[in-house]
Amino acid sequence: MANGYNFKDFKSNQNVRWCPGCGDHAILRMLQSTLADIGRPQEEVVVVSGIGCSSRLPYYMNTYGFHTIHGRAPAIASGVKTARPDLMVWQISGDGDALAIGGNHFIHAIRRNIDINIILFNNQIYGLTKGQYSPTSRKGTVSKSSPFGTVEVPFRPGELALGARGQFFARTIDTDLELSKEVFKAAADHKGTSVIEVLQNCVIYNDKTHIAITDKEHKEDRTLHLEHGKKMIFGKNRDKGLIRVGFDVKVVDLGKGGFTERDVLVHNAHEKDTSLHIDLVNMEYPEFPVAMGVIRSVQEPTYDENVQLQMDAVHQTTGIKSFDDLVHSGNTWAVD
Amino acid sequence: MEKSSRVIELKEVVIRFSGDSGDGMQLTGTLFSDSSALTGNDISTFPDYPAEIRAPQGTIGGVSGFQVHLGNSEVYTPGDLADVLVAMNPAALKANINHIRPGATIIMDVDAFDEKNLRKAGYVGDDPVTEDSLQDFNILKAPISTLTKASLEDMGLDKKTVLRTKNMFALGLVLWLFNRNLDNVNTLIEKKFGKKPEIAKANKKVLRDGYNYGVTIQALTPSYIIQSADLEPGVYRNMNGNQAIAWGMIAAAEKAGLKLFLGTYPITPASEILQELSARKDLGVKVFQAEDEIAGICTALGASFSGSLGATSTSGPGLALMSEAIGLAVMGELPLVIINVQRGGPSTGLPTKTEQSDLMQALYGRNGESPAVVMAGSTPSNCFDYAYWASKIAVEFMTPVVLLSDSFLANGSQPWKVPKLADWPAIEPPYAVGAAQDWHPYIRKDATLTRYWAVPGTPEFMHRIGGLEKDYNTGDVSYDPKNHHRMVELREQKVQNVAEVIPELHVYGPRNAEVLVIGWGGTFGHIYTAIDEMNLTGDSIAYAHFNFIKPLPKNTEKVLRRYKKVLVCELNMGQFVSYLRMTYPDIPFQQFNKVQGLPFTTSELKERFLKLKND
Repeated sequence: MANGYNFKDFKSNQNVRWCPGCGDHAILRMLQSTLADIGRPQEEVVVVSGIGCSSRLPYYMNTYGFHTIHGRAPAIASGVKTARPDLMVWQISGDGDALAIGGNHFIHAIRRNIDINIILFNNQIYGLTKGQYSPTSRKGTVSKSSPFGTVEVPFRPGELALGARGQFFARTIDTDLELSKEVFKAAADHKGTSVIEVLQNCVIYNDKTHIAITDKEHKEDRTLHLEHGKKMIFGKNRDKGLIRVGFDVKVVDLGKGGFTERDVLVHNAHEKDTSLHIDLVNMEYPEFPVAMGVIRSVQEPTYDENVQLQMDAVHQTTGIKSFDDLVHSGNTWAVD
Repeated sequence: MEKSSRVIELKEVVIRFSGDSGDGMQLTGTLFSDSSALTGNDISTFPDYPAEIRAPQGTIGGVSGFQVHLGNSEVYTPGDLADVLVAMNPAALKANINHIRPGATIIMDVDAFDEKNLRKAGYVGDDPVTEDSLQDFNILKAPISTLTKASLEDMGLDKKTVLRTKNMFALGLVLWLFNRNLDNVNTLIEKKFGKKPEIAKANKKVLRDGYNYGVTIQALTPSYIIQSADLEPGVYRNMNGNQAIAWGMIAAAEKAGLKLFLGTYPITPASEILQELSARKDLGVKVFQAEDEIAGICTALGASFSGSLGATSTSGPGLALMSEAIGLAVMGELPLVIINVQRGGPSTGLPTKTEQSDLMQALYGRNGESPAVVMAGSTPSNCFDYAYWASKIAVEFMTPVVLLSDSFLANGSQPWKVPKLADWPAIEPPYAVGAAQDWHPYIRKDATLTRYWAVPGTPEFMHRIGGLEKDYNTGDVSYDPKNHHRMVELREQKVQNVAEVIPELHVYGPRNAEVLVIGWGGTFGHIYTAIDEMNLTGDSIAYAHFNFIKPLPKNTEKVLRRYKKVLVCELNMGQFVSYLRMTYPDIPFQQFNKVQGLPFTTSELKERFLKLKND
């Protein structure tokens, strides 16, 4: 790399202990590779995680790292970034950690738009506790804790993030290295809370859960790789497109029924209005292709930056510069 | 400082009702004093009418006041300075500025504080609190006129009649503040308006709504602490327990060269710490009002990890939510100050009342062997000292410290001699320095067992910590059985090592006494007053008060064994005495406990001490 960093510079000396074949290996590698490309010194990077298989990731990074408690990583990462806006903060989480026990912290971090990058490993199952269903498991999922199938409706992480007023949401697949790097890089560049959902495979407890859209044979027909400013065209033969009909989006075959490339929507990730972005994050196979890449990336002031601005403004006008100034301010009296 | 603290347990209190001539202040004052007399208080009253018969409305000349001095025993004067002022308009506030005690409670009808009335009273701006430098007072702003109108909305009374009852709203609020029930006043209202049942009904309704408003906003009962007259020369200011804690942490952070970061969630009676520190952006304090207490402490811990002095403030229910994160601070060995302003429990309990029942929670309320330093302030102003100590210990020992205060200390205020930061002991963060080769985050100082702090941004010292057990030698994750045992012992020993740096236990009273009274935390003023009075009359009793609970001061055992009888007094069912019994199983401790949401009274203490002495 031109900046002198190699992905190995971001590898710690610890043995990686995930199961062989786990999607986490590829995500770790792409994060290390992205950081090497960005060329941020290791000491300026902090990786915070909660609990779960994915949350072991900080131990494998040669950066500052904090493996914390279940669900609370967004709060801890918020503290790190607010106290030290100069640091680059990544937060690693899974579907249980972020959306079940940590749901409250997840939405509030997003709402505040703190400049942290959240990588959400979504394998739709609890791996570390050995195979119970999660808040993203499809309705009807048979698991150790739902032998007759779940009766719950799952969260869609993107819909939740946008509902919490998220300004950056991207999606990738563990095995799609290039796409992962693309969205990690975009998240790092984005100022504000970035949420990246990685469709990740758990080989032990939920193998092939994303296979319908991730296997090489069907991926291009069943996913839509969104790029800002480009037409929403997909398919092995680039012959399908997304159009707007009234308030809805619809898939059409280009060249059939009078639809041409000209009718296809152009992706605007910077659009403040969320309505089309919500449609995009909610698209599910088989009715729709699953949207990949950066779906939303809107620049708004961040929490950490606003805190600093407010503080700087007070500094300009205050006469209280130290503790000794403080204790003599306001009402005092002298005893002789 | 401690020696001169005395507590007035509402033995006497001066309340001044003040408003426009038409606001019914005389009636309000009379009802309050008459109802107090009915409950057995001695009273002395001082009606203070305007000289002019038709003084212009809203002006200082038109202010009408009624002062009541009430007490448990004889009261000889209406009192000099009011402890509580009810100001129904700006003129009433202005007129009484010089008649209120520093730190007094001021109840304002904010509806009457409009532009017109402010000008009439001679205020130039729209914020009389700042204009008259009343920031140190306990200000209670209530929209009394609006709420009175809402209260009587459905009664079909004309506007003028409705507004004439707003004095009852204020009275209801004052009755709540002093734990009075409404019965006596209701009876008096019925008597007065016997021929106008509609008016009686309206007054009673507004009175009740005012009382309920106090319940709803959890208006805090002010507590009174007076200082003996012999103050050392110096500059003084008024200080309450919550502000003292906030300032103690500010002082410590500045001394240590650290940024102070408070991550927290509002809760009665600790919210003033959040509010005070939120206003201190001038000193670089960062405050994060989180989505809940869990996130509050977690943001603080994140700030500590990244090199700040992380702190959180809460009360009992919030501390319960924070348990897991305190455990992480124990395991990660990070500095963290946890302020718990105790209130009556369990569950929501008595949110505005005082109790000492979170001691066991502070000591043991976590999973696993999870030792943290536990300490307590004992007067409103020495909460400053202990907040400073808590911060110093947290940083120098890389450990969570739980600092206990309580509702009584939080709301009590007393004169505080302004310190110089230069006079306070140094605080030295144990930064990792030198060669990073072979360094790992669990390398420790030999003497204290403190691990070194490598702050993100420091080149070469990149490391990972977390909640999993770590290897003593390498700092890597370890599941080794013997290593775990060793690390558990090590974390406990590190906390015990704090005993080397804290002051020894001081014993008040005669050395040859047979009886030793023990207290801890916010009961100091009452117990000290009782002991002092008894020793003055020749009943020799010794007294030791604990501020450091885990670890205990080094001379604790020596002190305890010196006396024949040891009585432990606390506002819970015996939590500290249980801890002492566990530590010194062969000492026959006796206990005196009270859980009424109220402080001890000196008379009940004296009675108990005397009984023990004569047993």
